[in-house]
Order: sequence, then structure tokens, then C-alpha cells
Amino acid sequence: MKNAFQELNKAFESRIRLGIMSALMVNDFVDFNTLKELLELTDGNLASHLRALEQLAYVRVEKSFLGRKPNTRYAVTPEGRVAFELHIVALEKIIKSM
Amino acid sequence: MNPSFKPQDDLAQIRTIMERSTKFLSLSAFAAILAGVYALVGAGIAWRIIYGSDKVLYYDLKQEFITSDTLPLILVAGGVFVLAVGTGLLLSYRKALAAGQALWNAPAQRLVFNFIIPFSTGSLFVVILYFRGYYSLLAASTLLFYGLALLNAGNFTFSDIRKLGMAEIVLGILAAIFPGKGLLFWALGFGVMHIVYGVIMYRKYERR
Repeated sequence: MKNAFQELNKAFESRIRLGIMSALMVNDFVDFNTLKELLELTDGNLASHLRALEQLAYVRVEKSFLGRKPNTRYAVTPEGRVAFELHIVALEKIIKSM
Repeated sequence: MNPSFKPQDDLAQIRTIMERSTKFLSLSAFAAILAGVYALVGAGIAWRIIYGSDKVLYYDLKQEFITSDTLPLILVAGGVFVLAVGTGLLLSYRKALAAGQALWNAPAQRLVFNFIIPFSTGSLFVVILYFRGYYSLLAASTLLFYGLALLNAGNFTFSDIRKLGMAEIVLGILAAIFPGKGLLFWALGFGVMHIVYGVIMYRKYERR
């Protein structure tokens, strides 16, 4: 029981980061505005959580242009994928032991 | 450990976000019911045109592709299609609006893209069949390609729509086995099936 709690990843304690990772896990890329709409967040709030995940190397950014409009899109890194899967396994373990 | 920590809620949140970011869930059940009603009305009008006339339709068709008998049939089919798509768009837009989501979001684009490829292939094929005189295969082909399009689109919206697709495919095969009963299978596939599907979806997801 105690072990499972230790296996939880501190980076995913926030619901917002959990939401960002969930969306990125099942899509090749998700752009900033889609994430904002999906998670119902403000620009600043979303950006700060994305930056945190980026610094952990769980998320990578790709900036491009759609015509003349700048478009920022995000993808999960292999490290991020493994970390998130381990976090889900830990959550499931805790539920089973309750 | 934080006593308010609820791992079930975290997992539920993960599942919701994963589903919302990949599946288009604003499809309206009521629009499916209305599409079925339009199709049944259209089939009724078509039945009167075909069986209410003494002339042999197919005989005329050998000389000309579009005759005074077939033009109303084409108009009825086109009218049913435009009404059904229009209603679907309008009611889905309202459903998306009520849920605070955009209608033309990434899942919607994926849904339309995956539907439109088999659907437009089928439409083109049906037009070719018509001009080459294979009238007995028209009903079967429309049902088969529509069913395949739904099956393909089902990965990007409620998975129940895949079952509707399979039902359309079965009806399409039956329509090919029993030529001359095309209108009947058409009414079953586009009319009755849409109503049944719409009622099931309404009861499952929209009734509160």
C-alpha cells in the first residue's frame, strides 16, 4: 500500500497536468488553443503547467506557421509516456488495495 | 498523504479527457430520428411515383438517363439528403454550444474526414452505376457504402454508430440478393434504422 503511494508521480498531482497529459497521450499533437478549450483554462495557467511538464522533458513543443498564423503544438515525449503510464498503474494499485 | 486524494476521480478525469480529445460527442440523437423520418417520407413519395405510374420506368431509362419519371425521384432523394445533413449540423451545433465546445474541433474534423472518404467513393460509384444502367444495384450500393462510412467514422464518435454501420451493411447485402425490393431496403436502412438508432442513443446518452 505504502509503496504504491510512493510510485505516484508528483508531477501529475495537479489535475491540470493530468488533463494535459491525458490529451497528449491519445493524440499525435495537440495545439495550445485546443488544450485551452478542452481543459477550460486561461492562457497563463495552461502555459505555466506546460512549461513545467516541458522542463521535466515529459512534453515537447513544436512551433510552426499555419499560413501566417503562428501555431504552437505539443506532444508527449517517450519519457513522458512511460512516466504517465507508471502513474496510472500506481493509481490503479491504490484503488485495488482500498 | 492528502486525505482528499481520490484516485478514482483522477482516473475518471483521465478517461474523460482522453475521450473528449479524440471523439466527437456532439452528434445529436434527435437529428438521427428526424433523418429517419425524412427518409421514410421520401420513400413514401418515391413509392407513389414508381408504383402510381403505369409507365415502365426502366424502359424509359434505356433511351434517356433523366426522364420526367426519374427526375422527381432524384429530387426526392437529394431533398432527403440535404434536409438530413442540415438537421444534423444544426442540432449538433446546438448540442456543442450547450456543452461549451466548438463544433469544428479536431475530433469533428477527424470524424468528417473518415466518413467522407468511403462515403464519397460510394456516391461516385452509385452515379457511375446509374449511368451504366445497373439500376438494380443502386439501393444495395448506397446502403453498403454508407454502412462502411459509418463503421469507419465510428472510431471518432460514439462507438454505437459502428453497430448502425453494420446493420446498414447487412441490409445492403440483402438488397443485392433481392433486386426489385430496393425501395423497401432503402426505407429500412435510411428510415427505420436511423429512428431506432436515434431512440437508443437518446435513451442511453441524452435523457436526463
